[in-house]
Amino acid sequence: MPDVVIVGGGPAGIRAASILVEAGLRPVLVNEAREVGGQGYRKPARSLALDINALMGSEAGKYQRLHSLFASLRERIDYRPGTLVWGIHEKTLHTLSDDVAGTIPYDALILATGATDRIMPLPGWTLPGVFTLGGAQVILKDQGCLIGSRIVFLGSSPLLFLAALQYRRSGASIAAVVDTTPFSAKRAAIRDLAASPRTLARGVMYRTALHMAGIPVLDGATPLGIDGKDHVEGVRVKDSRGRERLISCDAVAYGHGLKPETQLAELAGARFRFDPDFRLWLPETDLDGRAGADLYLAGDGAAIGGADAAEASGALAAHALLADMGRPQSETELVRLRRQVERLRRFQKGLAQAFAWPIAQAAALPDETIACRCEAVTVGEIRAAVQAPLGPREVNRVKAITRCGMGRCQGRFCGPALQEIVAGACEAPIAEAGRLRIQAPVKPIPLHAALELEP
Amino acid sequence: MPDETKQTAHKGQFVRVVPRHGTKLRLTIDGAAVEAVEGDSLLAVLLLNGRVVRHLEFGGEPRAGFCLMGACQDCWVSLGNSERVRACTTLAADGMVLWTNPRKDNVDA
Repeated sequence: MPDVVIVGGGPAGIRAASILVEAGLRPVLVNEAREVGGQGYRKPARSLALDINALMGSEAGKYQRLHSLFASLRERIDYRPGTLVWGIHEKTLHTLSDDVAGTIPYDALILATGATDRIMPLPGWTLPGVFTLGGAQVILKDQGCLIGSRIVFLGSSPLLFLAALQYRRSGASIAAVVDTTPFSAKRAAIRDLAASPRTLARGVMYRTALHMAGIPVLDGATPLGIDGKDHVEGVRVKDSRGRERLISCDAVAYGHGLKPETQLAELAGARFRFDPDFRLWLPETDLDGRAGADLYLAGDGAAIGGADAAEASGALAAHALLADMGRPQSETELVRLRRQVERLRRFQKGLAQAFAWPIAQAAALPDETIACRCEAVTVGEIRAAVQAPLGPREVNRVKAITRCGMGRCQGRFCGPALQEIVAGACEAPIAEAGRLRIQAPVKPIPLHAALELEP
Repeated sequence: MPDETKQTAHKGQFVRVVPRHGTKLRLTIDGAAVEAVEGDSLLAVLLLNGRVVRHLEFGGEPRAGFCLMGACQDCWVSLGNSERVRACTTLAADGMVLWTNPRKDNVDA
């Protein structure tokens, strides 16, 4: 039997595993987290007295179904929780689990690595008390904590309203929800958003609920900066009517939608193309997730589609893998899954317009703003490097000169902004700025792990 | 509804809203004793008791993590014995010694 390995224990990875198990395989499922569910369906630790059904709201049924499905698979797969895949070389995964290095060879690989928040730098965004929007949700589910005593939800993301509502229901004091996209952009995106009327309705419901709770919601505001000496003390914004306002708070949940975690896909040999709708470099796949020989991508790690698309694309990747092994798959089922994934990803494309990546904010960033939090590289240093005589116009060269993107996170958080700043500084189209290349280890590992290359 | 009096008296960045039941743990942060419960991440322990996780290698500005899910690497904290761990994905253990400032850490070593 071929060695099939799945990386990622979220909805895409679990669904892929279930299709492979039904086909009589026993895949390895590698999960960096200790619990399955990914970030969205993250399972709270047993000791936490959290009512997860109340927190998940309308998605509680799906959450429970996914965890029941995993429980039914648990003994029929080779499950490796708490295991980081930090490198991929010649069809072998290099892993680290409880500080012990290991390798997992594979014949076929499904990557379902999920997503993180996409972030645009802002003056003060490295102050203690500023966290990603996704992180604000994770800390509530994982640790039963709120990120602060008085919170501003800032940025532009469909998760902005959901996270604010979850916080409100948990007893948080919310100073404001500040959406940086004007409401007109949401109306303009309605055609793509209509691809998933149920999700659209849910979004409207979240917003209404916040309004009813008396929480100020600002549309089309421009963030000017996060103020504070040693920690967050307030957020300065210019509202849609051009008035400057200071919103006092001690925490900020900040984000601009999601960005696929594509580092392992790149190491496994996937090719990338620039996606003008998301303004991101995304791995190239066919409809079913094939990204190269014996390589399949699924879920938000391939293209942002949300949890339902993740499950369907996980199933598709598994069917594609089985078909490539010479086991014919039901064409009807493939067509159904492809339609579902296509529809949900079209919806996300609409969301990317309705909650826009703030390109104008990148151009307006003061020079002293930190762009790279790992290496403390400023926007001005990047602009100066690009605009120097014979200066670089490509992000990897800019990285070599400025160290932006060279730190521990490997450009996960500064990468999208670096592209905008470089393209803006040399007045070139964004795609020409290129894409930061990744290297193993994709996350920091102890030196001994890198030296133990033999199993 | 949030308890305003409790919140203004709160010295930490994080506010616990869901109780955790389990074995009590004792740790120190920069030499001061703190309590935690089994299952708490180091990040939660640090930010329930203060507003800083570490100081940046360049310039020493305070940082308190960012992504909270193991991606940004901005919460690596010193355990005082030259070992460093990522606070958001490391569980607290009894007797752990945490240093938010590497200079104090050097004095300890």
